[in-house]
Amino acid sequence: MSITTILSQLSQGMIISVEIFVLTLLFSLPLGLIVSFGRMSKNKILQQIVKIYIAIMRGTPLMLQLMAIYFAPYYLFGLKITTQYRFTAVIIAFSINYAAYFAEIYRGGIESMPIGQYEAAKILGYNKGQTFFKIILPQVIKRILPSITNETITLVKDTSLAMVISVAEMFTIAQRISARETSMFPLVIAGIFYFIFNYIVAFIMEFIEKKYRYYEG
Amino acid sequence: MRMEKSMNLVEMKHVRKQFDGLQVLSDISISVKEGEVVSIIGPSGSGKSTLLRCATLLENMDAGELSYHGEKVVWEEKGKAVTASHKEIKRISRNFGLVFQSFHLFPHYNVLKNVMDAPVCVDKVPKEEAKRRAMDLLKQLGLEDKAYNYPCQLSGGQQQRVSIARALALQPNVLFFDEPTSALDPELTSEVLKVIKDLAKQRMTMIIVTHEMKFAKEVSDRIIFMEGGVIVEEGTPEELFLSKNPRVQEFIGKLEE
Repeated sequence: MSITTILSQLSQGMIISVEIFVLTLLFSLPLGLIVSFGRMSKNKILQQIVKIYIAIMRGTPLMLQLMAIYFAPYYLFGLKITTQYRFTAVIIAFSINYAAYFAEIYRGGIESMPIGQYEAAKILGYNKGQTFFKIILPQVIKRILPSITNETITLVKDTSLAMVISVAEMFTIAQRISARETSMFPLVIAGIFYFIFNYIVAFIMEFIEKKYRYYEG
Repeated sequence: MRMEKSMNLVEMKHVRKQFDGLQVLSDISISVKEGEVVSIIGPSGSGKSTLLRCATLLENMDAGELSYHGEKVVWEEKGKAVTASHKEIKRISRNFGLVFQSFHLFPHYNVLKNVMDAPVCVDKVPKEEAKRRAMDLLKQLGLEDKAYNYPCQLSGGQQQRVSIARALALQPNVLFFDEPTSALDPELTSEVLKVIKDLAKQRMTMIIVTHEMKFAKEVSDRIIFMEGGVIVEEGTPEELFLSKNPRVQEFIGKLEE
């Protein structure tokens, strides 16, 4: 089997992997912020619920969570599981899992902000929304970028877990070809793909970090 | 509300404040008229900063009254302090500005944006006008060439002057200063004190918590000496510096050495 054939077969999977990655970030980054608000809420009940949610998300394997989300409609509601639902299940599982991690990163960033920034904003008459989105969040983002980069890189590799519910992302296909052709070569290509993918991610994140380097503090 | 010239701009009556059982302010009453400059002096932990934080609503007082131009912001009902509605507070808060000891500038905004952002976002001043006003203020404070610098590129004295400009941009009726020079070395202190003196010349109403005795004597119409959460003595600078009270004498004497 030539390298071009392998690549053309893998390319379909690469697109799926990139889709999982992009959609997960798109949903989990804002969701994580909302979760962090719950985690920091003065409402003890809400805070406790969010704590349990985070504990489960971080305390159990993502692979298991994927299966749970995938099979839940059948076991809980007796619904028939369609093939289209597979991809949706992956996005749901990845998003709520990563949101938990991002929430804790946001919380760390928000809690590290000096109280003086809030007080200055209050004295100047900013309302709560303006204070958070104009004053606090931009500074928090600068502080948490290195941790976000870490999670994002892990996410690239985690997309391969979608294999457990037979979503045809790149690793799934690479393994299929590898088994059929009894060759390690497709897996090597898969490895190179993840490496290049992450190289690009790191490059972009570094670029964003540089953009925030115009001030100190 | 009708404004009378004789009416007190800021009035605090019988203010009390506790932190975890520690009485920080006990029965403090202060009133300040328009155009007056009042300094509050006293040893650390005497409650000066807490008083300022109560006046600017950064802290809730336990009991007592607070009003601006005769409009009540905090008052007492059945022995407990009650605060005006959110909307009322927002309106009445336009009366005052506060300059912090450690500036609290917004590090991600340049100097110009630090000064003009609140007028644009809060007071809905058109951008062009806010910018013009901000540049005027920066010029007045000798910072026009720093307009596009970020706070981290400025000295402490420059940062504090920016924070004064930021407070002035909202055109408050009274400006509070919470130890504005305590984070600065002597050289930088003098440039900030000069700015405050200039404001005093323009009859800006100011209440200043400070450890700079010479400055307080020069700039103030009235000095208040606080210790242990009470006002020990209050009067013109002459009265205070010639006070018979041994505690006041001792404190002022120490700082003047």
